[in-house]
Amino acid sequence: MTSTLQTREPAVLVLEDGRTFSGRAYGHRGETVGEAVFCTAMTGYQETLTDPSYHRQVVIMTAPHVGNTGWNDEDDESSRIWVSGYVVRDPALRPSNWRSQRTLEDELDAQGVVGICDIDTRALTRHLRERGAMRVGIFSGEAAGMPAAHLLERVTSAPLMKGAALAQEVSTDETYVVPAVGEKRFTVAAVDLGIKAMTPQQMAQRGIEVHVVPATATFEEISSIEGLDGVFFSNGPGDPGTADAEVEVLRATLAAGIPFFGICFGNQLLGRALGFGTYKLKYGHRGINQPVMDRTTGKVEVTAHNHGFAVDAPLDRETETEFGSARVSHVCLNDDVVEGLELRSATGELKAFSVQYHPEAAAGPHDAAYLFDRFVDLLTERRGQREDTSEERARPGAPTSATEGTANPKTTEGASA
Amino acid sequence: MPKRDDIKSVLVIGSGPIVIGQACEFDYSGTQACRVLREEGVRVILVNSNPATIMTDPEFADATYIEPITPEVVEKIIEKERPDAVLATLGGQTALNCAIALHDAGVLEKYDCPLIGANVEAIQLGEDRQLFKGVVERCGAESARSVICHTMDEVLAGAAELGYPVVVRPSFTMGGLGSGFAHDEAELRRMAGAGLQASPTTEVLLEESILGWKEYELEVMRDNVDNVVVVCSIENLDPMGVHTGDSITVAPALTLTDREYQRLRDVGIAIIREVGVDTGGCNIQFAINPRDGRIIVIEMNPRVSRSSALASKATGFPIAKIAAKMAIGYTLDEVPNDITQETPASFEPSLDYVVVKVPRFAFEKFPAADDTLTTTMKSVGEAMSIGRNFTEAMQKALRSIERKESSFHWRGETPSREEALELLRIASRPTDGRIITVQQAMRGGATVEETHAATGIDPWFLDQIELINDVAREVGDAPELSPDLLRLAKRHGFSDVQLSELRGMPESVVRGVRHALGVRPVFKTVDTCAAEFAARTPYHYSSYDEETEVAPREREAVIILGSGPNRIGQGVEFDYSCVHASFALRDAGYDTIMVNCNPETVSTDYDTSSRLYFEPLTLEDVLEVFHAEKQAGPIAGVIVQLGGQTPLGLARALKDAGVPIVGTSPEAIDLAEDRGAFGRVLAEAKLPAPKHGTAYSAAEALAVAQDIGYPVLVRPSYVLGGRGMEIVYDDDTLVTYVERATNASPEHPVLVDRFLDDAIEIDVDVLYDGTEMYLGGVMEHIEEAGIHSGDSACALPPATLGNAEIELVRESARKLAEGIGVVGLMNVQFALAQDILYVLEANPRASRTVPFVAKATGVALANAASRIMLGATIAELRAEGVLPPTGDGGTLPPDAPISVKEAVLPFHRFRTADGTMVDSLLGPEMRSTGEVMGIDSTFGRAFGKSQLAAYGGLPSTGTVFVSVANRDKRAMLFPVSRLVDLGFDVVATSGTADVLRRNGIPAQVVRKITEREGDAEATDARSIGELILDGEIAMVINTPTGQSARADGYAIRAAANTADVPLITTVQEFAAAVQAIEALRRGDLTVTSLQDHARALDLLQVGSR
Repeated sequence: MTSTLQTREPAVLVLEDGRTFSGRAYGHRGETVGEAVFCTAMTGYQETLTDPSYHRQVVIMTAPHVGNTGWNDEDDESSRIWVSGYVVRDPALRPSNWRSQRTLEDELDAQGVVGICDIDTRALTRHLRERGAMRVGIFSGEAAGMPAAHLLERVTSAPLMKGAALAQEVSTDETYVVPAVGEKRFTVAAVDLGIKAMTPQQMAQRGIEVHVVPATATFEEISSIEGLDGVFFSNGPGDPGTADAEVEVLRATLAAGIPFFGICFGNQLLGRALGFGTYKLKYGHRGINQPVMDRTTGKVEVTAHNHGFAVDAPLDRETETEFGSARVSHVCLNDDVVEGLELRSATGELKAFSVQYHPEAAAGPHDAAYLFDRFVDLLTERRGQREDTSEERARPGAPTSATEGTANPKTTEGASA
Repeated sequence: MPKRDDIKSVLVIGSGPIVIGQACEFDYSGTQACRVLREEGVRVILVNSNPATIMTDPEFADATYIEPITPEVVEKIIEKERPDAVLATLGGQTALNCAIALHDAGVLEKYDCPLIGANVEAIQLGEDRQLFKGVVERCGAESARSVICHTMDEVLAGAAELGYPVVVRPSFTMGGLGSGFAHDEAELRRMAGAGLQASPTTEVLLEESILGWKEYELEVMRDNVDNVVVVCSIENLDPMGVHTGDSITVAPALTLTDREYQRLRDVGIAIIREVGVDTGGCNIQFAINPRDGRIIVIEMNPRVSRSSALASKATGFPIAKIAAKMAIGYTLDEVPNDITQETPASFEPSLDYVVVKVPRFAFEKFPAADDTLTTTMKSVGEAMSIGRNFTEAMQKALRSIERKESSFHWRGETPSREEALELLRIASRPTDGRIITVQQAMRGGATVEETHAATGIDPWFLDQIELINDVAREVGDAPELSPDLLRLAKRHGFSDVQLSELRGMPESVVRGVRHALGVRPVFKTVDTCAAEFAARTPYHYSSYDEETEVAPREREAVIILGSGPNRIGQGVEFDYSCVHASFALRDAGYDTIMVNCNPETVSTDYDTSSRLYFEPLTLEDVLEVFHAEKQAGPIAGVIVQLGGQTPLGLARALKDAGVPIVGTSPEAIDLAEDRGAFGRVLAEAKLPAPKHGTAYSAAEALAVAQDIGYPVLVRPSYVLGGRGMEIVYDDDTLVTYVERATNASPEHPVLVDRFLDDAIEIDVDVLYDGTEMYLGGVMEHIEEAGIHSGDSACALPPATLGNAEIELVRESARKLAEGIGVVGLMNVQFALAQDILYVLEANPRASRTVPFVAKATGVALANAASRIMLGATIAELRAEGVLPPTGDGGTLPPDAPISVKEAVLPFHRFRTADGTMVDSLLGPEMRSTGEVMGIDSTFGRAFGKSQLAAYGGLPSTGTVFVSVANRDKRAMLFPVSRLVDLGFDVVATSGTADVLRRNGIPAQVVRKITEREGDAEATDARSIGELILDGEIAMVINTPTGQSARADGYAIRAAANTADVPLITTVQEFAAAVQAIEALRRGDLTVTSLQDHARALDLLQVGSR
């Protein structure tokens, strides 16, 4: 006999603007607060839940049924569930998939994730779309019985996402190495700002040995990695405007002429390193169906997104920076948000690039996987150059960072959309 | 990349008549394509033989050819119109096959009009199974192991290698025709034999069985710079083994993890690239082994398909429309998403709802047919529904099928454990309604595991059915219907009817309680993006949720009720009228609101009406739409007379609930439907009708029959499509019939009419505004009365009626319209016998023939009808130019072209349980699925074209086989002798041959199938059946005879069907066929567009204004 929704105890969802949805308890019982964001992906809830970029966020699933394929031991993108709360309309009663090992709800409960179900998720999504991302609380069990004013107070006293520095909260404490699959061709330092497991895997499959380093790693620590060919900055949660230390590491990397690739948070940090500002989007991009144009090829790719902030860079022209010429390489066709940056030398060679979305997918389409190939090309080219120059003359070491700060007119984090 | 400027004109090939496996979804896709191309300034030339379509309306193309879709005819059109390109990917398999034939004949090259969308190489890679296997392999994916065979020997060897059961698939047939599972050699021989016959390339494929695997489909689109998007994923609830057209399907796919889904997506994209579909949509089907996830690519269609229509409606992403834009050079990112208007089409829709499609079958029309569902499609229509969860969508879809037994129920005793297991055994064979058997078994305690083992249905879906059973139990057991309980039940899709049964109270009381408690649905929006962006297109569905999205409006609205799932007797013709009403009323300043649940139609395109509600057409659902719209703004009324019997059946109850019905009142509808009342109307108007009576029991029926005399025509009241109608010659048959019929329809009696032998049947469609009548057209049936009007061929203008007879028809129709109180359309069927015009029946609604009449006369009857319903007069419409200034469809000039409508029957799709053909005789019960039209200067030529369009045409030389019933022997002499004059050889069974020879007509005797060798004086050792199967007979004339020869007649017709030989079963049609053969031999076949016909006819007198 299956349990009908009727038997679940009540739960309540309270938004910071006072709008309240009554539903039923789901996952762990208790209370939670976070930033309310909606995700339009129809598959991949396991990857979404374990994506560190969702740290401190309450994720509202627009998909009608969640949990149908249960939970397995293979699809996690990190060691745990990161979302601070989970909102679904119809939780699965019984998972059905040959790889499923337990139910989603058991996993949520085991990891202490408070959720709510049986609410009008579409109404909530529309509300967030019109009013913008805001703080939210979910209250179940005893907490659900507290007076409304009290619940609202709990929500409004939660910290804001704008100005939140979260990368270090989700980052690895220790460096670890993901070995190359097959022949090792390159060594890359991947700065873990909230990295997803699929990212080093994608690199490893292309012959890259990936040294995943903590968010707090210094440029010296990174550049001392034996045989370093390139640096990668991962995705991650929080406001890029707060990540000053990481931006400095990135600037040093660029100054040293080390090939760079960044994803998501890494894209925002490249933007900042190049002197652009970042701003918070009204309600962000979260889903796996977003059309992005690669402006270098004119092709459209369908991509996985999870970002609440974006880079403020001009679409119509290149920007000269101390590191070379920067331009917007990718743009979201839905709303013209900057989705990628690239940095080229005076002679037009690619030096560094990044994308705001997720070529590693998981969850999502694999259309943008070519970006990892582009990174490998960059590493290959750079190594060729290095070998050429080392033949001609001994490499004089990293250039100085004397020009630092000169092309930094508008690091305006928080500029409105 | 912007639009190509080298394409100034495009020939669009349509899909021809509605047949099983190829229905009005291609009218939807073709209409979208024509609209897009014209908007882009491209000259559109269209060929489609189906007059019931919207796309063949003259305003959708610059030159509309209602001509047979054969390579020869299409070449003539190309020769005349010289298009720059040919678009064949939106007209189903018919268009694709025609395009390939044109390519093979060098026509496309000769006239320099290449295919756009998919090129020939891509079509062949997609369609040729062996080539496609190579494609799949190159994409790094797997196909089922298989063997290609061209002979029976190869077939047997192949099966030995793969083992039984083995799948048989003929190449290049549509809707999986001829496909199925062979479990042993006998089955294999039969199926492969038929498959070799059905395949235009004499090729069948044998395949390893993947029966019971999970089945998925992806709808993929590509543009000319290689951008690719997956529009929709579809999961079949019925596992592999049932054709996807016959399966219950769900969107989006619900039981795949992202990794598995992305694998399908990667393979799908790799395949569309490898096949090389330049631009447009294609559909790719997958099977997944539920035990280990092994993926097998089943097939791909390099064209728009039934699934793409479903996917378009399910997501709001108009595949055909965008495919047409891609075909003329646009890229996906250049085309805006209509729904959001701000975002581009180069994205993948995200759904925040569940879509369920349920097929509708017509096995009741073919009682002999095997109703096991196989890989050959057998359904005739489908309903789709949208809900915020699976249970809601599923229950809405089941009630959209509009059959009492189609919904989950809890009537009667709960099945015992033993009964439950027996139900599971029954459910292990897939049939129409299996899902209900499953629900009953689970109601009786069958577990999810047991049910999964018996049916292969995924446990996730079964669990949802268990949930529905649980909720039903809670509802049934509760002391009272509390608001929470009511909300719970509604959230899982329970209808007021179901609740009334569970609670033992009338439906109206449930509704009253529900409304009093404020439990009402909200209406959500299909927006392609799960609410990420604001939707500009009001495409709504109901759900029991919190927030409604219906916007207020200021203009007066008209609600148009559509016709629901296609079925035999109620198909695209009714959708045509609904769509026209919507267009006409929007032009006249109203907001139009369409309610329908058929995803194949133009009416459920979000572009057609001001607002679209994708909802079941039940009283409850319609009342809720009305309530929501009433709150949104003023409502002028609801139109029920255009969607066929479905909305008409709701008229009375809607009116009783306070809903304003425009046009003919429900009381007037009753006048026409109720025999007694109708009799009084006839008597007052002094119009003769065949003697008739009404019977509630067998005894009463016998009394009536005794009074009026045999033969009698019997039928249940309130039916469409002649459902259950029979001609009865004796008491015993009558008694059996009445007992069966009253069982089927307890509230309605049986009607018994005197059957008129040898009468000419006449059909008219008229408009009446309360004072004046406009005669739309007079159609003379080619078959005599007794063959259902939907199944018989007819001619307009009537080929053999004189002006006096037409005037009599006009006067009679006017009296009827007045007597009934028609406001809008009415269809009347008359029978002319011995110079007396009998009224057979009158239907105060749009009929099946409205689009045919409109095409034949060039007057948009349905537009005019909708205006009349809203108060316009015929005089006003004449002044406006909607109707001709003078004259009407009864006063066509003598030089008007003749249009012939011919019905298309699905007999060759059905087999009996032991594998033999289903008999193909016509009768009073309608069984055709579609129709074609032939239009030309004379009856013979027009009839010839109609035969070419419907069945591949009549022979011009060869051997004709004749075997007719005794009563037809006199009538056959003249046409047979004409055939001999024309150089045909005649073979006949001994009785017929004797008569022919006595009349000086040479005829060879051939052995009957039931005669042994040596029994007859036949010279050939082979029986007629063998001769037909060996391809030595060019045409078969076989009229049904008495009981004794029935078996033989059946075998002959079965052979003709199998061998695809023209088969004629009435002498009237035989005579028409001979006229056609003569006409076609006399002159070359010519093509003329509707626009040219209209210019020549100038009924609207555009030329003189």
